[in-house]
This record gives sequence, structure tokens and C-alpha cells, in this order.
Amino acid sequence: MHQTFDAALEMNLLHANQHGANENRDRFNQWGITCLNLMSSPGSGKTQLLEKTLQALQNELRIAVIEGDMTTQLDADRLRRLGVPVVAINTGRACHLDSKMVAGGLHQFSHEQQPESFDLVFVENVGNLVCPAEFEVGEHAKVALLSITEGEDKPLKYPIMFREADCLLITKMDLAPHLDVDVETIVSNVRQLNSKAAIIPVSAKSGEGLTKWLAWIKQAVANRTQIA
Amino acid sequence: MHETDMTKALIFTVKDWLAEQSGHPAVKTVHLTVGEFTCVEPAGLQFAFAAQTQGTFLEGVKLVIDETPLVAFCHACQQEYRPDIGMQYACPICQAPMDDIRSGRELKISRVEFSRAEAQAIPQN
Ligand SMILES: Nc1nc2c(ncn2[C@@H]2O[C@H](COP(=O)(O)OP(=O)(O)OP(=O)(O)O)[C@@H](O)[C@H]2O)c(=O)[nH]1
Ligand SMILES: [Mg+2]
Ligand SMILES: [Zn+2]
Repeated sequence: MHQTFDAALEMNLLHANQHGANENRDRFNQWGITCLNLMSSPGSGKTQLLEKTLQALQNELRIAVIEGDMTTQLDADRLRRLGVPVVAINTGRACHLDSKMVAGGLHQFSHEQQPESFDLVFVENVGNLVCPAEFEVGEHAKVALLSITEGEDKPLKYPIMFREADCLLITKMDLAPHLDVDVETIVSNVRQLNSKAAIIPVSAKSGEGLTKWLAWIKQAVANRTQIA
Repeated sequence: MHETDMTKALIFTVKDWLAEQSGHPAVKTVHLTVGEFTCVEPAGLQFAFAAQTQGTFLEGVKLVIDETPLVAFCHACQQEYRPDIGMQYACPICQAPMDDIRSGRELKISRVEFSRAEAQAIPQN
């Protein structure tokens, strides 16, 4: 004879990931590092924007990159050419970085470098508009990129990332004159979901908006320093 | 693909819970609450669950998924509304942004049904 019991659990499925993310964030704080998590669909321009950003900030901030490329070292090699330390995480077939993978990356980083001498770590997440937003990795802020070629409706169709973002970069603005795309519609679609995020149109190619983006980064670094 | 990860998380969560229980309970049913405003597709989750529990302590266990709708609260209008996912998230009356989500973000194991063999069956207890 078996008796059936019922237990109320109320356990969040993302709890373990959240716990790991908090541990990563504690480590960043101990090292005095601000961590920004860059997320977008494949090809929105994360790596190219990082190249420009690293070049522009190299003399002001000590920066490293955690690169979540699916299977290749292509993006990591592009960034290493700029003399920036890059930890490449081979995510295999995973469609997003999780806090455990990034913890592994931080372990490697702390062995290869002196983490205390760094100010800023960019995480380039796996190109995917859906999942990365649900998996915190220990970042202090989330940056979403949406290239102008992707269409105005994407924030409505893939709302979670746009809602979670602290900063939205509308990328490839140099292409705007060639497209029938209305930036104002993108902005108002994002605003339906997120009244607080900074929204900055940029072009890694022409340099448009980069000053604003760099100022946002410096503010994020300053904000964390104030809290810590 | 994130259904695979969520299922993995689900299996680990149940495993951890079981490890804290006495008397070797056998899990019969896992009740999951999945919000409409998450990246998880219930059908995909059912499929992943069936596949990933094969040959494990959860093989044959029933997964019941309760979906919760996306419900937002508009502070200007002082009332709840149901955003039209994929189309419109702002308040349909005053167009205020969807700042306050009241339901739809859940991803949790709400309950577990299990059976315990009676005392005679496990004398060491
Ligand atoms: N015109 C234009 N093209 C750009 C710009 N930024 C990036 N691109 C192009 O867009 C393509 C993808 O850019 P990446 O930087 O590799 O994009 P990504 O988001 O890192 O891609 P994944 O890592 O594969 O997800 C490349 O061909 C870039 O040259 C830009 O500002 N303007
Ligand atoms: Mg890239
Ligand atoms: Zn309203």
C-alpha cells in the first residue's frame, strides 16, 4: 500500500542560475570590476561595436572581454587583435551563456590576469534574441542591441530582452537612409515595455552615437563604484 | 533549446528536494507553473521532460504545466489589464508603459505529488 502525499515547493527553476550570478557579481565587486552583458540576435553588431568601444576606451579603462561564441574563436580573435584579454567560452550548442559558464570564464580570467587591475568586463552573449535575457550571468547592467535592419516589430515579438535591458543600442544607423525603417517606431515599441532604459542609436561604422554610448558606459562604471 | 536547460534545472531541483526527504518518497507528479511572459514553451518543455528523464529516477513521472497569463497593472488607471503579446504592451486606455507585471513571469515548481511506502516496507525507518 502506498499513500500519496503532496508537497508545496514554490521553487524557482532559475534559482540555481540566479545564485551563481550573484556569486559572480560578488567576485566582480571584490575585484572592483563593472560587468556589462551584451545581448542581441546574431549579427546585430556586438563584436564590431566592442572593437570600436575598446579602441576608444583603452586609455581610460582597463577592459577585458568574456566571449560567448557558439563554436568558433572568430570573435575572440578579432578582439584579441586589439590587445585586450579575451576569455572565450565555448558554449557548444547552448543558446545562451549561463552563470556557471561565466564562473568558469572568471576562474580562467583570475589565473591569467590580475583581476584587481581591471575596471570593466564586457560579456558578449550568444547571438539570440530570446534566451539570454532569462539567464543572468552576474552583470551589473544588461545592454541589448537591435540593428536597424531587423525591423521595428522585434521589440514587440521578442519582448523579454527589451524589457530587461538597461540600455538599448539601435545599431547600424548608417544604413538608415537605405531602408524604410522608422527609428521612432522602434523607440516607441521599446517604450511600451521599458520606460527606463537608455536608448541610444549608434553606428560602429560612421561613429554616430558613440560618444553617448561611451558616456553611458562611464556612468555605469561610476554607478557601481558608488554602490560598492 | 532553452527548454533543455529548464528541464535540467527542473530535474536538479527535484533531486535536491528529494535528498532532503526521509523515507525514499517516489515522485508521481511534478506541477510546474509557467508564465506566458517567459521564454519557455510548455509543449517544448513536456517533450524535453519526457526525453531527459528517460532512464532516470523521474522516468514515467507526470509533468503537469499550469500556464499563468500575462497580467499588468496600470498605475495611472489603477487597474489590471491583459497585454496583447506580440502586439501591444502599453495600457490600452492611457498608453502608459507596462511597468508593473502582476503575473506571467513565473517559472517554478509549485507542487510535487509523491508516495511513500508504508513503514513496514522500509523497516529501517
Ligand atoms: N553598415 C554597418 N554594418 C555593421 C555595423 N556594425 C556591424 N556591422 C556588420 O554586421 C555584421 C555582423 O557584425 P558583428 O559585429 O559580427 O555582429 P555580432 O552581433 O557580433 O554577431 P554574432 O556574434 O555572430 O552574434 C558584420 O558584417 C559587420 O560588418 C554598422 O554599424 N554598420
Ligand atoms: Mg559577435
Ligand atoms: Zn492606463
